[in-house]
Amino acid sequence: MFKFLLRRIGLLIPTFIGVTIASFAFIRMLPGDPVLLMAGERGLTPERHAQLLEQFGFDRPMWQQYLDYLTGILHGDLGTSLITKKPVFDEFFTLFPATVELSVCAMIFAVGLGIPAGIIAAVKRGTSVDHIVMGTALVGFSMPIFWWGLLMIVFFSGILGWTPVSGRISLLFYFDQSTGFMLIDSYLSGQKGAFKSALSHLILPTIVLGTIPLAVIARQTRSAMLEVLSEDYVRTARAKGLSNFRVVGVHALRNALIPVITTIGLQVGVLLAGAILTETIFSWPGIGKWMVDSIFRRDYPSVQGGLLMIAGIVMMVNLIVDVLYGLINPRIRHVV
Amino acid sequence: MAERPSAHTVRRAFERRTKTSYTKHPQGVAIVDKINPHWVYNVRPTKLQRDNMNKKLYSAALALMLAVPTGVMAKTLIYCSEGSPEGFDAALYTAGTTFDASSRTIYNKLVEFDRGTTTIVPGLAESWSVSDDGLVYTFNLRKGVKFHTTEYFTPTRDFNADDVVFSFDRQLNKEHAWNQYTAGTSWEYFNGMSMPDLLTSIEKVDDYTVKFNLVRPEAPMIANLGMDFASILSAEYADQLAAADKKEDINQMPVGTGPFKFQAYQKDAVIRYLAHDDYWAGRASIDNLIFAITTEPAVRHQKLLAGECHFNPYPQPADLDSIKADSSLTLLQQEGLNVGYLAYNTLIAPFDNVNVRKALNMAMNKQAILDAVFQGAGKAAKNPIPPTIWSYNDAIVDDPYDPVAARKLLDDAGVKDLKMKIWAMPVQRPYNPDARRMAEVIQADFKEVGVEVEIVSFEWGEYLKRSKDKDRDGAVLLGWTGDNGDPDNFLAVLLGCDAVGGSNRAQWCYQPFEDLIQAAKTESDPAKRTALYEQAQVVFKEQAPWATIAHSVVSKAMRKEVTGYKIDPFGGHVFYGVDISN
Repeated sequence: MFKFLLRRIGLLIPTFIGVTIASFAFIRMLPGDPVLLMAGERGLTPERHAQLLEQFGFDRPMWQQYLDYLTGILHGDLGTSLITKKPVFDEFFTLFPATVELSVCAMIFAVGLGIPAGIIAAVKRGTSVDHIVMGTALVGFSMPIFWWGLLMIVFFSGILGWTPVSGRISLLFYFDQSTGFMLIDSYLSGQKGAFKSALSHLILPTIVLGTIPLAVIARQTRSAMLEVLSEDYVRTARAKGLSNFRVVGVHALRNALIPVITTIGLQVGVLLAGAILTETIFSWPGIGKWMVDSIFRRDYPSVQGGLLMIAGIVMMVNLIVDVLYGLINPRIRHVV
Repeated sequence: MAERPSAHTVRRAFERRTKTSYTKHPQGVAIVDKINPHWVYNVRPTKLQRDNMNKKLYSAALALMLAVPTGVMAKTLIYCSEGSPEGFDAALYTAGTTFDASSRTIYNKLVEFDRGTTTIVPGLAESWSVSDDGLVYTFNLRKGVKFHTTEYFTPTRDFNADDVVFSFDRQLNKEHAWNQYTAGTSWEYFNGMSMPDLLTSIEKVDDYTVKFNLVRPEAPMIANLGMDFASILSAEYADQLAAADKKEDINQMPVGTGPFKFQAYQKDAVIRYLAHDDYWAGRASIDNLIFAITTEPAVRHQKLLAGECHFNPYPQPADLDSIKADSSLTLLQQEGLNVGYLAYNTLIAPFDNVNVRKALNMAMNKQAILDAVFQGAGKAAKNPIPPTIWSYNDAIVDDPYDPVAARKLLDDAGVKDLKMKIWAMPVQRPYNPDARRMAEVIQADFKEVGVEVEIVSFEWGEYLKRSKDKDRDGAVLLGWTGDNGDPDNFLAVLLGCDAVGGSNRAQWCYQPFEDLIQAAKTESDPAKRTALYEQAQVVFKEQAPWATIAHSVVSKAMRKEVTGYKIDPFGGHVFYGVDISN
């Protein structure tokens, strides 16, 4: 097991270097000069332009800039934002909890509704229930997030007045945010109604962000269940006289869940991509919105630092998953 | 007749019924927990919201509102701002969003613009004088001005000349300890307004007198000192930060003398301010000012409708009619301090021929552009400066829309089968909300007179860079928003000979025009300056280096309860002087 772990960590090193190169090169491949964008219509004299390029270090050869960047990373310094003049590392961790909170809620929503919907559709295969569930899933899957978000706001907040329009909590509440997770902080604040307000602000963005993963999970669950339900052991279980609930809920579901869990894992990427739009619509101060703003402003340190952090987190999650697989299924340890 | 219950009785009843407590806010303002935010804002909820509330709770709270004098209720104004500030040291930045959150709330300048106008009035300087040769400006500073007392700074002295010298010297003097206090400090506006070339030094004469020494006479100097980069910071606070090795904090935890003091900023979400109790011009009417950062225009509109914010700075043209029709909302409109134009490259044939430029201007149907692109939120431009600026020459007659005459002019100039490029900006700006659409309308107009147009575009940074090239192929759609309300800020910056190869996108250097604007720049008599600028506009119209297209009409949407708001001609948002009524 120790050898397996070492091998996996060893693999991370070239991946990490690849990510630093990709994140460094990506933003520089986009046309546009950050110094000119900062000046806007006002413009700069060529001398001033050259002076600013030098000041930011953008006049030096690419490889030198990259080495400086790499040295910074190894010292735990991701650089300073060109715009806000704050360390990128601090900015990332100020905003990251908001994205995690939203993504976790969206995942709970998607899994909590997607799996039961898939099971029901499989059990009621060919009936109108199946068609309704799968038709809805198809619509959900095809829904453009931006339009879906606005539609939800106009209907639930504008017309019905049930939910707040945007933000993380009512602006009435003001307290120190020790964790950055609004649900936890509002609870810890002890202010009456704060937790409820934070929860109500999560409803619409959770639904909007969770819709596509929900549809995917429902469809995957249905097809996996259909396959398992036709297996011999399921027929045996039925022949034994077990209740339908037990056959479906225990015997079939357990095996059907394996591909579903893989799908859920893949949806993490979808969630991060969706978070960019969802955060923009719902004025949700997370890393998705921050990255988009940084890209538009060609804030090189923020974009490369943000990409590196996101990639680093995904790599860590993958490592943990791999290690867990290795623990669960010893055969995997020998495959790598 | 039953006796009216005391405030205390009603409050206790409310607490029992709603299981909440009536508490004291740290700032001494009473607030009630677990109630609809509208009550705290001192705003009556909309019918829909009232219906949605628990009726018992509502009636109990209403009783409380009636029983407690309204004076104790904190007045909170929520402004749905369109973006996040880059920081709070205004001199580092050039974006209006940043200025709204810093220089227009937290700071003062030596001179200020009278709210809603471009007129200069005394700010932290009570009065000033200019030497006869125009090279020395002496400011007499206001006494008894208090800096903000915050959790992170307690001032021990009032505002004085040290603060003025610090605020400017750090930008001017490269050796100053604060010149490079944070990575990439570039003082972009200070440099952009050519202040380093203009100023030699800033001197403290005594605690309440400061002298600015200039290289040459510069009539727009006073107007420049009303701009955002000229915000006055506390030198004492700077010393405190320097001693603690936390200089960067001046950009994150600001201290000023302005009407609102900074309370907290949660990145990309909310900025909170409190009224500055000792503000020299009198305490602001609102107690709390909150910027709710809401970048999406459609969402801002929904928040305004739902009462989640009081003010939407940039309503979408499509929503204007519904805002006008809504009795709970107010819509204010005014011409913006901007101009959108099409700049020909006057260095390249056939656009070096004034008759060709005139012909193309006559081929352009501005009304069609206003209808298609501005949807009623624009006004046709005939001059290179907007009508809200002094010296605007209203006597000038615009080129008529006359395709037949235009074609004849082109024929007379010997121009046949002309092919040209029009550059369309990739971004939205108030002076041009949809450059692509504008280019398409012009393309159709020019086709009528036999000119074939190809529309090109680039990424914004590239667009700005390439459009400056002297050998640029094509006419460029661009515009300008004024900085200080001075005509020089349009005419010299956009059409002066010095700006060729830079912000003069027409690459137009015409000596009679240049002589007029240079004379106006050094003339201190306003009447003579006005005459010179009016004449310059006549020359501009005759020579037609641009097709002047439109001035945007600025719209601001707010809830009916907001009173006293005045549209800032510079495009900013100023909440001092604004109140919330019941």
